[in-house]
Amino acid sequence: MLEIKNLHAKIDDKEILRGINLTVKPGEIHAIMGPNGSGKSTLSSVLAGSDVFEVSEGSASFYGKDLLAMPAEDRAREGLFYSFQYPVEIPGVSMVNFMRTALNEHRKYNNLKPYTAGEFLKLMREKKNLVEIDSNLTNRSVNEGFSGGEKKKNEIFQMAMLEPRVAILDETDSGLDIDALRIVANGVNKLKSKDTATIIITHYQRLLDYIIPDFVHVLHNGRIVKSAGKELALELEEKGYDWIKKEFED
Amino acid sequence: MTQDKDQILEEVTANEYKYGFSTDIETDTIPKGISEDVVRIISAKKNEPEWMLEYRLAAFAHWKTMEQPNWAKLKIAEIDFQDIIYYAAPKQRPKLDSMDDVDPELRATFEKLGIPLNEQKALAGVASVAVDVVMDSVSVATTFKETLAEKGIIFCSFSEAVQEHPDLVKKYMGSVVPYTDNFFAALNNAVFSDGSFAYIPKGVRCPIELSTYFRINAMNTGQFERTLIVAEEDSYVSYLEGCTAPQRDENQLHAAIVEIVAMQRAEVKYSTVQNWYPGDKNGKGGVYNFVTKRALCKGDYSKVMWTQVETGSAITWKYPSCILMGDHSEGKFYSVAVTNNHQQADTGTKMIHIGKNTRSLIVSKGVSAGKSQNSYRGLVRINKRAENARNYSQCDSLLMGDKCGAHTFPYLEINNSTAVVEHEATTSKIGEDQIFYCNTRGLSTEQAVGLIVNGYVKEVLNQLPMEFAVEAQKLLQISLEGSVG
Repeated sequence: MLEIKNLHAKIDDKEILRGINLTVKPGEIHAIMGPNGSGKSTLSSVLAGSDVFEVSEGSASFYGKDLLAMPAEDRAREGLFYSFQYPVEIPGVSMVNFMRTALNEHRKYNNLKPYTAGEFLKLMREKKNLVEIDSNLTNRSVNEGFSGGEKKKNEIFQMAMLEPRVAILDETDSGLDIDALRIVANGVNKLKSKDTATIIITHYQRLLDYIIPDFVHVLHNGRIVKSAGKELALELEEKGYDWIKKEFED
Repeated sequence: MTQDKDQILEEVTANEYKYGFSTDIETDTIPKGISEDVVRIISAKKNEPEWMLEYRLAAFAHWKTMEQPNWAKLKIAEIDFQDIIYYAAPKQRPKLDSMDDVDPELRATFEKLGIPLNEQKALAGVASVAVDVVMDSVSVATTFKETLAEKGIIFCSFSEAVQEHPDLVKKYMGSVVPYTDNFFAALNNAVFSDGSFAYIPKGVRCPIELSTYFRINAMNTGQFERTLIVAEEDSYVSYLEGCTAPQRDENQLHAAIVEIVAMQRAEVKYSTVQNWYPGDKNGKGGVYNFVTKRALCKGDYSKVMWTQVETGSAITWKYPSCILMGDHSEGKFYSVAVTNNHQQADTGTKMIHIGKNTRSLIVSKGVSAGKSQNSYRGLVRINKRAENARNYSQCDSLLMGDKCGAHTFPYLEINNSTAVVEHEATTSKIGEDQIFYCNTRGLSTEQAVGLIVNGYVKEVLNQLPMEFAVEAQKLLQISLEGSVG
């Protein structure tokens, strides 16, 4: 379970998150929506452990542990997954090598024996089928020369491999055509279980046609100003964000 | 997090040089300093024929007229050439009947370095490498000689070649790198003590990798070895070179020569993993590495490929080159040069196109960390009559931290309008975003840097023979793990 309390974060003295409160329980899907500059991406990268932002106040606990005290790699090993809005290219590093190193780090952290090459390749095949990723993508270097859609699919593939307890998908739908969107959404739905939770950061309601959220939160000026069920997303789609901006202008 | 990285950098730079031990073995040395007498003593110790002595003396006379070059981007403390011992040899029984006769202390040394001197043992696994081992000034062992001899391949120490195959040595020694070539080459020609010799007869593919392992052990000693490889028509050989030295506070001088001659359709691959002691993290000690390596692609359709992974030495001055004389001959140069702490490297290649339809490829990857300086210096010359010559050069530099430097000095001399010459260069820093991406997948910053650097140099490591590539990869990890700021 992820519990965020009064989270404040800033960059160069500019406060971007100004008291976020959010509780995410196993089995839930939360959508965080909001206009540009509301702090959506900041929230997700702060949770993932980016050192670009400084947390000035508040707390976040992850299954009882102090999330903010952990380096990014330990957050990942504890089961937090962060899907990048702009996945990074790492030339010359094969997906296979990258994923195997990552997965075995997770296993080491959890006192499990590393996978043998055979076990790993078998697992990779299964997960590739699950998320419908082309087999040749995994033969290439990490994200190198991937199209926008391929990069996002690759994020979901990594999520499938790492089996996180909580996944944060940062604008996973941006730059996707309708087919890629469907594949990405199907992947997320297939990976959903009663023990895992998903936080979807998105600008548009489009993705939420495919992944039905249990809760929708609206972020504005670094605070969650409105929370409701999935119908809120439709309302936002219809009315835009202006009424939120007006209602909560400070 | 920046603090973390500094800390990791600190830890990594404190990483001990694994090969820094020295061997306590009785050594036969001569007094310090260089003179005509010293040249004569060395020649006498090796029982050399008169022509060899004459050659050395001519080189020495020429060396005295020369000055140490200073055009490289290197800061070199003055070298006192009279303060160096020019000959040191581990004492052991003069004649070895078999590998079992190798001094146990020596054997232990090389076992510690991971170099098997025991053929039986190597045979138990599948034999893939024959080794000539050079400690200080002499070759102490050569393995698999008989196996190779069955195919007519000669693989022995240079001293032995002078005795046993004088005609070949006379014919080819100095034919690629004459003693007049440069200051350090002249010095080597005067005082060289040993090295390796390989001769691959016509039409023979050498079935195993040939390898020379160089080790400096004795104190205050310079190592001056030379390697000569002759590949006759339609032959093939892959050659490996490795080197280490003990950790000493003084700088040690290493000035070597490698000459390669490739006849028609012959192919030679020469791979180096250079791991001389780089000095401590404050820049004290370390090997001065001044090496002249050159290949002559003499025959039509001959091919030479240099691959080097340079991680050691306080100073590296080295430009493995190809003279593309035969029509359709081909030269390739793949290089990874890693510098950390106070290391300085000025390295690159020369591709001299003389024949028609000659091709060359240069792939150079520099990685600089700490307070090091890393320069690529390369010359591509297309001679007047070299019709349809092609060259492609790619020089990439990767910087870690903000106290190091990367420099690229490409020289292009094109005298034929049919030439196609391309040069690409990039300089990049290891991206914070790349590291963070790896972090979010559960990799530590150290692992991330290791992975990213290995990815960056992969194109070069792929050219190395398998066992060597693994070794090189580990070496890079040790040299650089986490050294990002």
